Amino acid sequence: MGEVRINAKDMPYQALNQRVRALVASGEKDIILDNVLGQRFIGDGIRGEDVTITVNGVPGGDLAMFMSGPTVIVNGNADHAPGNTMDNGKVIIHGSAGDAVAHSMRGGRIYVRDNIGYRGGINMKEYQEKRPILVVGGAARAFLGEYMAGGLVIVLGVDGVTPVSERGVGSGMHGGEIIVRDRIDNTCLGGGAEQKKLTEDEKSAIRPILEDFVRTFTIDPDPIFSADYSKIVPASRRPFASKYTWE
Amino acid sequence: MCGIIGVIDRSRQCMDGSKIREALASMDERGSGEGSGYVAYGIYPDYKEYYALHVFFDNIREHKVPLEELLEKWGMIIHDEQIKTYEQPGLRKVHTPWRYFFRPNPSMMPKSTSPEEDIITSLVMKVNSERNGALIFSSGKNLGVFKAAGWPEDVANFYRIQDYKGYLWLAHNRYPTNTAGWWGGAHPFNLLNWSVVHNGEITSYGTNRRYIESFGYKCTMQTDTEVVAYLIDLLVRKHGLSEEMAVRAFAPPFWDEIDRMQKKDQELNQALRLAYGPALMNGPFAICVAKENLLCGFTDRIKLRPLVAAESGDRLFISSEEAAIRRIDDDVTNIRMPSAGEAVIGRLYA
Repeated sequence: MGEVRINAKDMPYQALNQRVRALVASGEKDIILDNVLGQRFIGDGIRGEDVTITVNGVPGGDLAMFMSGPTVIVNGNADHAPGNTMDNGKVIIHGSAGDAVAHSMRGGRIYVRDNIGYRGGINMKEYQEKRPILVVGGAARAFLGEYMAGGLVIVLGVDGVTPVSERGVGSGMHGGEIIVRDRIDNTCLGGGAEQKKLTEDEKSAIRPILEDFVRTFTIDPDPIFSADYSKIVPASRRPFASKYTWE
Repeated sequence: MCGIIGVIDRSRQCMDGSKIREALASMDERGSGEGSGYVAYGIYPDYKEYYALHVFFDNIREHKVPLEELLEKWGMIIHDEQIKTYEQPGLRKVHTPWRYFFRPNPSMMPKSTSPEEDIITSLVMKVNSERNGALIFSSGKNLGVFKAAGWPEDVANFYRIQDYKGYLWLAHNRYPTNTAGWWGGAHPFNLLNWSVVHNGEITSYGTNRRYIESFGYKCTMQTDTEVVAYLIDLLVRKHGLSEEMAVRAFAPPFWDEIDRMQKKDQELNQALRLAYGPALMNGPFAICVAKENLLCGFTDRIKLRPLVAAESGDRLFISSEEAAIRRIDDDVTNIRMPSAGEAVIGRLYA
């Protein structure tokens, strides 16, 4: 089957999402949504590894929430929490995204070409082979990876942008990793997190992810591969053990 | 939740309310149909030197005469009329909105340095705290608040908001969480030329309220947002702070950030936090404030609510969502997310 296009202009999000779900149920693999403006919940809960939804415009919040398998490509900026509790699949954003990107994400990948808002990767988790990945080309704002329990966040700061220059990075994290180009100022480090230099071995381990990212957005790979990185990880498995419990 | 949008045209070109209505309605999901409202600046050019008082009457026969007697005691009613409304199936008309163009008599407050404004403020506080079937919900010059308990599109249609033309607009779609939705509790909140819309909640409301009431303001709307209107009136109009400094007092830098500042900034920020500690607002909020010459947006200092700013020509837009801004103007540029506690300000050129 070929592509199916929907003109989403002035369409309420309920009607739009019902159309998308019906198309996916009927076996359509390539769905293109034109003139999207603020419609929420696009791609939520849909399944199927070979399904691609292209969003032309600026979608509303909670894009690809609970999604398991498909690829969502956004040609525009996304609002809050794309990839909220996403299970599997891929979200590619050719632009920036709002707050709480990859909120509670449990699997799959999110690539954001430009910047993300506050609390990117909040509450991300992982379990056995499920390891969610969020890669940001530009910069992230404060409280990146807040309460992270697993997964991987990479912030590249392409074109010399400082990856994170605000407070609370990894605040309260107890699992997962945040990798940033160069390093963050120690004053930006949140409570319970610590920063370490990324070793050559660790850098080679993320290279396939970076290769996929630069290929997706046609970014000059050399500055990215040649840069130094550091990782922000939990200082302990239970950073707030003594704060909330008495033993 | 709650959805907010504000726009100012810095060259004072007027926009009618139709696009604002569309933008707000696109954020219906952020509300619950229990409160929406709009404020437009520049809508009463023929009466621009008078205070435009918008009043909700519970009952015209009973409550109108006592209010007018009070107004006539403190000044002169230049003109008054019912605010035109248009029945909507989805909106129950529980109040009758009325407008007065009013000139206060400054000789009634001889000791005041700003007698007109003080008369209006005390009238608003008196009427709204006595709850005698009248509520003054808009009291500025050449501006008007239009609000009710209903969805954004219903409230807009109820007042035919597209018939008003203003150079500065705020609009709000409410999702009441801590108190019931009612007409007076809908945003914008207004006092004199200040108008405020707010998404979130102010958990420091108790402290802020006690502070502001110690200066004679009375909180009567059963919701936290009105305290912002009174605080900014106190800090900017009464105490002479700039809007930037007032926002800094509401959402100040953390002490550890102040510790790392250069000495001069350090002293300023320490002084501000010490002087205005009770004006510090905690909890999640994104707020837009307007007065006759500016639009100002800011969030709480850990950015627990969304705020997006964008520009188009002479216009500055501030909203909860980029898509809402694009409903008004899809050619916006410089789309950005202000930092936590940062004041985004658009001022008229002249």
